[in-house]
Amino acid sequence: MTDAAMTGTPPLLEVTDLVKHYPVRSGILRRRAGIVHAVDGVSFSLGSGETLGLVGESGCGKSTVARSVLRLIEPTAGHIRLNGRDITHLGKSELRTHRRSMQIVFQDPFASLNPRMTAGDIVGEPLSVHGLASGRKQQARVAELFEQVGLRPDQMRNYPHQFSGGQRQRICIARALALGPSLIVCDEPVLVAHISHRVAVMYLGRIVEIADKTELFRNPRHPYTQALLASVPVADPKAKRLTPLVDGDVPSPVNPPPGCAFHTRCRYAMDRCRVERPVLVDAGASHQVACWLNEGTGREA
Amino acid sequence: MATINYDSELRRAGANATSGWRRLRFFAQRYVLGTFGLAIMVTFVLTALFADLICRYSPLTVDSAHALAPPGWQHWMGTDSFGRDVWARIVHGARVSLAVGIGSTALGSSIGVVVGLTSGYLSGWVDLVFQRVTDILQALPLLVLALVMTAALGPSLPNVIIAIAIPLIPTVSRVIRANTLALRELPFVEAAKSIGMSEMRIALRHVLPNTLAPLIVLATAQLGSTILTEASLSFLGLGIPEPYPSWGRMLSESAAEYVRVAPWLVIFPGIAISLAVFGTNLFGDALRDILDPRQRG
Repeated sequence: MTDAAMTGTPPLLEVTDLVKHYPVRSGILRRRAGIVHAVDGVSFSLGSGETLGLVGESGCGKSTVARSVLRLIEPTAGHIRLNGRDITHLGKSELRTHRRSMQIVFQDPFASLNPRMTAGDIVGEPLSVHGLASGRKQQARVAELFEQVGLRPDQMRNYPHQFSGGQRQRICIARALALGPSLIVCDEPVLVAHISHRVAVMYLGRIVEIADKTELFRNPRHPYTQALLASVPVADPKAKRLTPLVDGDVPSPVNPPPGCAFHTRCRYAMDRCRVERPVLVDAGASHQVACWLNEGTGREA
Repeated sequence: MATINYDSELRRAGANATSGWRRLRFFAQRYVLGTFGLAIMVTFVLTALFADLICRYSPLTVDSAHALAPPGWQHWMGTDSFGRDVWARIVHGARVSLAVGIGSTALGSSIGVVVGLTSGYLSGWVDLVFQRVTDILQALPLLVLALVMTAALGPSLPNVIIAIAIPLIPTVSRVIRANTLALRELPFVEAAKSIGMSEMRIALRHVLPNTLAPLIVLATAQLGSTILTEASLSFLGLGIPEPYPSWGRMLSESAAEYVRVAPWLVIFPGIAISLAVFGTNLFGDALRDILDPRQRG
């Protein structure tokens, strides 16, 4: 019996040991000079109606995870299960029909809309691609979607450059909603943590901590999460600036540090952190953390 | 203080008009230079079409008694060394020159677009093969290539057009390929992929329209050089066969020998070529702006 069958309803999305490596080639012979470890063993699951926020510095692999989940890039290893079905190796045509159930909203609302198409055509395109509606029926559906995201249907005739950044983002959302997907991935840099049910913190291609939102904010266990939360700007000019908890830069993902990837910048780094890689272990109700500090501290569940 | 309502102003000017004439008038007012360019082009095309009605003389009639006559009442643009009327030859030459110019630019650009788009969008081994063939084509001088082509095909109008079109393919395909490579990485192409669009449809609907601007600029710039390439081919005896006139040949065959004694033999065909190139460039610039929704406001 599978896990899913045992727990009753299968999770909407299940990602196991996702790995994405990019070869770095150099020289005229295009020899492989190294590997970028963009995503290095990421696992998480997501229930229907649930939102999961992936947070981390730029370059930590958030977008790579998002694109792999949608099969916009091919993962090097690992499995992606959507609605209980393994979609990691779906063929081209199968994948195309499957795309109806998963959609993405990109980070950059300026580059994600074709400048030569009207907003209405952009939002209506998914419908015509999947043969769901055409002509007047499509127009009506697009108008509906426009209203749903807070745009006026008469703006359908306008071109992307005539909208503000926020409005463009809404066009992107309307396009993602058009197919009625069960999963929407938002590759969106702001406010992610605040609207999510659960939050996963990523560092150098790995998840270092994952927990319910309130739990994570109240009780961050990983030193990196603590540093990240401390660096969130406070909307009060008189607030005292906290001294940063980490300094230095993120190490290169071409040669990630051995052991725990964060040990080069961690205040609590021990000898063990330099050689042995910590795995995600339970640290409370629906709270998992990958850090040796949490072992033997008596703080386990 | 008076406030300007841009929406109603634009509407009154006809920016959103759907009926053809009002819209055309709006563009004509907004793109004065482009309209001027279009007027030049239309004039040339009409000249070529109604060549027989416009001139008094036949372009082929030899009249050695009036050889090298300067411009005057009888012969508006003078006569050449055989006594043929230059005005008649320019008017009839428009047929050949425009057919070669427009025909070979259109043919070369279309093939170049297909090659560039396929090469850039598919990348991989297709790109590798296309680019190496392009390298070989570009390694040969244009004229040599055109010469080989016409020599193989024989001198006739369609063959000249084909011969001049082929050397254009590498230039156009390189530009389109470079553009495609950049466009392919943009999120809106990725978004198209994520809604399940086929590669073919993405290439045609999302990539191709966005390569239009450099294509129009390139094509209008090429037009002039194709007219001149035809001249070189004619000069070498592989263009449009004698005695039929083309601007390029009128220019090249008289440039060396008669420029001192009969400068009108060089000046008038030169003006005709320059005007045609000038007109297409003006029109091409306006067309590029009109086709870009961002420029329309």
